[in-house]
Amino acid sequence: MRWLIALLFLAIPATAEEVVLGLSQNEVAITTSFDGSEIFVFGAVKREAPIPEGKLGVIVTIAGPPVAVTVRRKERRFGIWVNTDGVDIDGAPSYYAVATSSTLGDVLSVRENLRHKVSIPSMIQAVGAPNAVLDASAYVNALIRIQEAAGSFQLLEGKVVVDDETLFRTRIQLPAALTEGAYETRIFLTRDGAVVADYTTTIDVRKVGLERWLYSLSRNQPALYGLMSLAIAIFAGWGASAAFSLLRQ
Amino acid sequence: MQIYLPIAEVSVNAYLLLGLGGMVGILSGMFGVGGGFLMTPLLFFIGIPPAVAVATEANQIVASSFSGVLAHFRRKTVDLRMGVVLLIGGLVGAALGVVLFNYLKALGQVDLLVKLCYVVFLGVIGGLMFIESLNAIRKTAKGGALPTRKKHNWIHKLPFKMRFRVSGLYISVIPPLLVGLCVGILAAIMGVGGGFIMVPAMIYLLGMPTKVVVGTSLFQIIFVTAFTTMLHATTNYTVDVVLAVLLLVGGVIGAQIGTRIGVKMKAEQLRILLAIMVLLVCGKLAFDLLVMPSELFSIAAEGGH
Repeated sequence: MRWLIALLFLAIPATAEEVVLGLSQNEVAITTSFDGSEIFVFGAVKREAPIPEGKLGVIVTIAGPPVAVTVRRKERRFGIWVNTDGVDIDGAPSYYAVATSSTLGDVLSVRENLRHKVSIPSMIQAVGAPNAVLDASAYVNALIRIQEAAGSFQLLEGKVVVDDETLFRTRIQLPAALTEGAYETRIFLTRDGAVVADYTTTIDVRKVGLERWLYSLSRNQPALYGLMSLAIAIFAGWGASAAFSLLRQ
Repeated sequence: MQIYLPIAEVSVNAYLLLGLGGMVGILSGMFGVGGGFLMTPLLFFIGIPPAVAVATEANQIVASSFSGVLAHFRRKTVDLRMGVVLLIGGLVGAALGVVLFNYLKALGQVDLLVKLCYVVFLGVIGGLMFIESLNAIRKTAKGGALPTRKKHNWIHKLPFKMRFRVSGLYISVIPPLLVGLCVGILAAIMGVGGGFIMVPAMIYLLGMPTKVVVGTSLFQIIFVTAFTTMLHATTNYTVDVVLAVLLLVGGVIGAQIGTRIGVKMKAEQLRILLAIMVLLVCGKLAFDLLVMPSELFSIAAEGGH
């Protein structure tokens, strides 16, 4: 029986359904006036055979570059609230959004989620955490809670609109506080919770112009950057003094 | 108008920053203080990361102090020799302060340290100023004479004496060095010039004449905050020049308006207003430390580097 099912799966070509994707932009420029951005993700399911059996699901994820963070907990000590314990999270995306055409559990089975790392908790790697404290999961949950409140983690269930099992579209909001880097964008097509096709592309998030120049100067030439900041400050101080003494005369 | 700060990596309203700069500028003009001790906590409240707020505020103080010291040089009310002695202490203190700051940042305690420093110093200074100006108002109401200061105390018995002509003093260099040291540490940790600590110390501890105190302290503050800015810029990369410029523009204009308002008010009234404001900021910070936060967890870059 088992080999028969396996044969059935083999009979369906791997490319029975494919994703054709469009993005409103594949670059996000952080300019001086940057105040968040909205990415419009749209696409179509390409197929050469009739629509297969099974419920179609579409998942769109956007992940920012992973960063190592420390999650700290406050406790009351001597009457005031101070940071006491901390857990190092080896890798958590600086930004992560999952948009699905139905609830996540509905479009993706638990096993497929483990394999493809789609849900928000599956994106967080805390290898050393369980050794450091007893309740490591509390720290991971706190990280998710804080990032969700800040709009940096988003679970957008049912926000992918699918028309005629072919066209899909969704809008994903990028917050104003955005880290630079390559944002991996993944699209998964699922049938009854199993991934049948996926597509990966990147959205490049970069500081541009003045932002880019100041940021790289501050990292690559910190002494020069410091001197420049001081020069601006001294010039502004002198300018104000000179301007107002002229006004008084 | 939202503006994205390249180093702080947050987006804030530019008018809000200009307004804050202007407001603190008016106050600093009115009361003759640098305003750093008000600006840094205000930057915390609007969501600038504390490390960036402290480093950037040091840079902004360079500008406002430079603007102020020029006026004092014209009036010849700067004791350069005393300024240099305070400065030597200040530079050592600033270096110690940045080392302490970075060490605690790695431990995740830097926010606590900065906030505790603020609560303690704002509380003490605000409280003392409030009592002192209340007494002064009562005395002037009664028509009594202002108390005269003692000319000689234990300070004058210390070795390594030096003559400070502009101040008309012949005292040991140890107390000014120590005053400079303390102010330097505070400047690095709190992102303040430290004028609000140094000015009383110069008058009451060193016995300097009031007219040279402000100019001399501004002279010292420029170099100590410039040094602090450089240390923060090269070790922590936390000086945000865009933030500094926005605060500067507002601050410089505000200071000139404030000076004009200040001229029209009585010194005791000004001092009591300043004291109330200092105590309010202190109270808000203390309240945040004492009351259970709604979110017990916080996220920081790993190891703080």
